Amino acid sequence: MDFANYDPAGASRSREIISAKIVIAGGFGVGKTTLVGAISEIQPLTTEALMTAAGVGIDDPSKVPGKETTTVAMDFGRITMAEDLILYLFGTPGQTRFWFMWDEIIRGAVGAAVLVDTRRITDAFAPLDYFENRNLPYVVALNRFDDAPHYELEEVREALAISPDVPLVMCDARRRESVKQVLVTVVEHAMLRLQAEHGFAAPVG
Amino acid sequence: MEPRRDPRGALVRPYAVTRGRTEPLQNIALEAVLSCTPTQSAEARFAGHDKYRIASVCEGRAQSLAEIAAYTRMPLGVTRVLVADMVAEGLLTLHTAAPATGFAARMNLLGRVLSGLREL
Repeated sequence: MDFANYDPAGASRSREIISAKIVIAGGFGVGKTTLVGAISEIQPLTTEALMTAAGVGIDDPSKVPGKETTTVAMDFGRITMAEDLILYLFGTPGQTRFWFMWDEIIRGAVGAAVLVDTRRITDAFAPLDYFENRNLPYVVALNRFDDAPHYELEEVREALAISPDVPLVMCDARRRESVKQVLVTVVEHAMLRLQAEHGFAAPVG
Repeated sequence: MEPRRDPRGALVRPYAVTRGRTEPLQNIALEAVLSCTPTQSAEARFAGHDKYRIASVCEGRAQSLAEIAAYTRMPLGVTRVLVADMVAEGLLTLHTAAPATGFAARMNLLGRVLSGLREL
């Protein structure tokens, strides 16, 4: 940033920087952090939230015994697109019991990608249900593992009961180009959804 | 008192640095971006160790609340309380305006993100 024209009188007046975020969800070990790391300009970082304070809303920490404090970790990355535009990629905590944290992560998000491992396909049910209920635009990305059984995309769509309008793509979470394509699909899908909500006809086919 | 080695041990009384306050002055989003000038950072030196660490992280580079929490290794809730205080005290500048609402503004943001991704 350039502080050459720093004006103390205007210190509280902020120059606007827009930050957008895309959520990366999926079961434990499905490759969320790998995906974030493949495209982030920083090494994926971890932020920790405490269950007691954030989750239960206890306002007197002296009544909270330390042993009941649970840490929820989420990984995230960053892509600085312009001086006034930063895209953040947030991975959801692996354990779906931490729904309160998911609510915070998806608030204001552009959309989400649900990563699926064909060896543990049922892990995707919880995130899929969650995004469906929250009306967040999402795409499903099948992460290719070398030793995983191969399925056709349409078989996976059927197994996961994904509706026809939800994009389903293959990806390799280790490869930057592949991850980029997943993110592009998320944003394009979010744009189509937004247009559809505002009365623009959804494309046929 | 000797600081504990176990990172979870350090979290036993996480809100001690906020004197027990768990509610931030304003709710700052995870991805909200903050920065700090050298002047603000110099002032933060007198605002206590934790606030100075936060200022150091944000000096010269806009950082989100999530990044500040990660770099300072403080829990998110604690960081949010301190960051909101620092914004109120003029030690940090909050850059992120209200999220885009309305069709045109949202489409514009999505379009910018899309072209940003394609240019990667």
